[in-house]
Amino acid sequence: MNAFLEISSLDIDFPIPGGTFKALSDINLKISKGEFVSLIGHSGCGKSTILNIVAGLYKATCGGVLLKGREVTEPGPERAVVFQNHSLLPWLSAYENVELAVMQVFKKTKTKHEIKDWIEHNLKLVHMDHAMHKKPGEISGGMKQRVGIARALAMQPEILLMDEPFGALDALTRAHMQDSLMEIQNELNNTVIMITHDVDEAVLLSDRIVMMTNGPAATIGEILDVNLPRPRDRVAMASDTEYNRLRSEVLKFLYEKQRKINH
Amino acid sequence: MEVNALKENGINFLSKSVLPMVGILVFIILWSLLAKNINTSLGAFPGPKAVYEQSISLYEEHIEERSKASKFYDMQEKNNAQRLAVDPNYDAKIRSYTGKKTYVDQIFTSLITVMCGFILSLLIGLPLGIAIGLNKGLNSALNPIIQILKPVSPLAWLPLVTMVVSATYTSTDPFFAKSFITSMITVTLCCLWPVLINTAVGVGSVENDLINVSRVINLSTMTHIRKIVLPSAIPLMFTGMRLSLGIAWMVLIAAEMLSQNPGLGKFVWDEFQNGSSNSLARIMVAVVTIGIIGFLLDRAMLKLQRIFSWQKIV
Repeated sequence: MNAFLEISSLDIDFPIPGGTFKALSDINLKISKGEFVSLIGHSGCGKSTILNIVAGLYKATCGGVLLKGREVTEPGPERAVVFQNHSLLPWLSAYENVELAVMQVFKKTKTKHEIKDWIEHNLKLVHMDHAMHKKPGEISGGMKQRVGIARALAMQPEILLMDEPFGALDALTRAHMQDSLMEIQNELNNTVIMITHDVDEAVLLSDRIVMMTNGPAATIGEILDVNLPRPRDRVAMASDTEYNRLRSEVLKFLYEKQRKINH
Repeated sequence: MEVNALKENGINFLSKSVLPMVGILVFIILWSLLAKNINTSLGAFPGPKAVYEQSISLYEEHIEERSKASKFYDMQEKNNAQRLAVDPNYDAKIRSYTGKKTYVDQIFTSLITVMCGFILSLLIGLPLGIAIGLNKGLNSALNPIIQILKPVSPLAWLPLVTMVVSATYTSTDPFFAKSFITSMITVTLCCLWPVLINTAVGVGSVENDLINVSRVINLSTMTHIRKIVLPSAIPLMFTGMRLSLGIAWMVLIAAEMLSQNPGLGKFVWDEFQNGSSNSLARIMVAVVTIGIIGFLLDRAMLKLQRIFSWQKIV
C-alpha cells in the first residue's frame, strides 16, 4: 500500500553566485495518515526547506512529494501551513483572518451560516473565541499563533505543516500551546509535520522524530519512534524513563553525532 | 503617586501648550525687531503689527464687497418686482455681480485649484503606481522616466502647459478658466510623483510571508490584490499622498502667480506689482495664510490616514 504522504529522493539546489548550493540531498520519508512527525536538526539544516517543498512553495530539483498518490506541484489548502511568525494579515481581525481561508475552501459547499459556525468552532478549538474580533496588533504572540493554527485547521487540510510554530514564544506560553495542540490532536487526529529545534517539544508531541544531519547536502540522519501512550502529561513525562531515554537519544544525535560539523 | 501624576500632567501641559506658545512668542518678537531694521523702497519690512492690521483690513474689504454684492442683488429684485407690477410680461433677469475678488474668494479659488490638481494626480498616480508595483517589467520601463521627470520645477512646466492649454482648450464659452486649467495641470505634473512612487513601492514590497499565505490558501489574482496587496500598501500610499498634497500646495502658489489664476498666488503677484505702502504687509498676510492652510491640509491628510490605515501612526 502506498503511504499517505511520500517524500522520495528529494534534492534541492539553490543558485548562489558562481554555482549552486545543495541544501538537501536524497530525502526519503513516508508518513501515514494521522501520524505526527517532527523534523529536528540544527539551524540551517534545511528543515524548513523540506516543509516548504511539501507545501508546494519551493520546487525540488530532483525527486518529489506524493500526497495520497498525487504529486505536489503547487501550494494548496489541503496542505495548510502554520507559519513560524503567525503571518496573520494585520488589517484583519482574528475572525476575518480565519474567514479568508475558510471562504476560499468552503465557499461552494457550506452556507453562510455554516461558514460562520465553522470559523467560530475553530477559534473555540484554539481557545480564541473570547478575542475573535481583535486585530493581530491587539493580542499577544501566543494568541496570534493560536489564530494561525485555527486558520490552518479551519481549512480541514489533509496534512498540517507547522514551521517552528512555537519557536518565537516564551517557554511558558510554548508549554501552554503544546498542551493545546495535543488536546486538539486528540480530538482531530490530523496528519502533522512539525519543524522544531526543541527536543522536549519533539518527544512530547510526536509519534516519530526525524533527525536531520547538518548541511550542506543535509539528509535524514536517524528516525526515532516515540511509543509513549497518549494522552501525555508533561509533568508525569519528566520522570518517565522511556521519555527520558528518547530525549537523550535526540540530544545524543544533535550534540554528539552532529556536533563536529556544527560550530 | 499623586504628586507624580500631577508632575506628569504638568510636563505634558508644558510641552503641549506652554512651549509652543513660547516658541511663537519668541518668533514674533524676533520678527518685529528684525523687521524694523530692514528698509525697502516700499518702506520698512512689515512687522507683526502691520501684518495684523492688514489682515483685518483685508477681511473688512471682504465684508464690504459682500454687502455691496447683496445690495446689488436686492436692487435688481426690487427693480424687477416694480417692472413686473407695471408689465406682467416683462422678462425678469438677474445679472451677476462682477465686483473684484476679495482675499477670501482668492483663498477658496486656491483651495479648489489645489484639490482638483491633487485629485487628478491621485486618479493617475494610484492606478499607475499599483500597475508598476505589480509588474516588474513595467517598473523597469517607466522608472527612468519617472526619475527624470520627478525633479522638474513647476516653473519649467508652466510655459509649456500654458501653450498647450491655450492651443487645445478652445471652447468659446469655457466652463473652466484657462488659468485654472493651467494651474491645475502644473500642480498635477509636480505632485504626481510621490504618490506614484510610494504606491509602487508599497504594492511591490508585500511581506513574503503574506504572499505565502495567499499562495497556500490559493487566492485568485484579483482577490490576492484586493485582500493582501492593497491593504499592505495603504500606509505607504498615504505617505505618498501626504507628500503629494504638500508639494501641490507649494507648487500652486508659483503656478497661480504666473498663470494669473485668481488665487493666493495672483494676490501676491498683484500686491507686488501694486507696490503701495501696504503691499509688503499684505504679501506677508498671504505668507502666513499659505503656511497655515498648508499645515491644515497636512493635518487633514493625517486624519484620513488614521481612519483608513490599519497601521498605528504616532
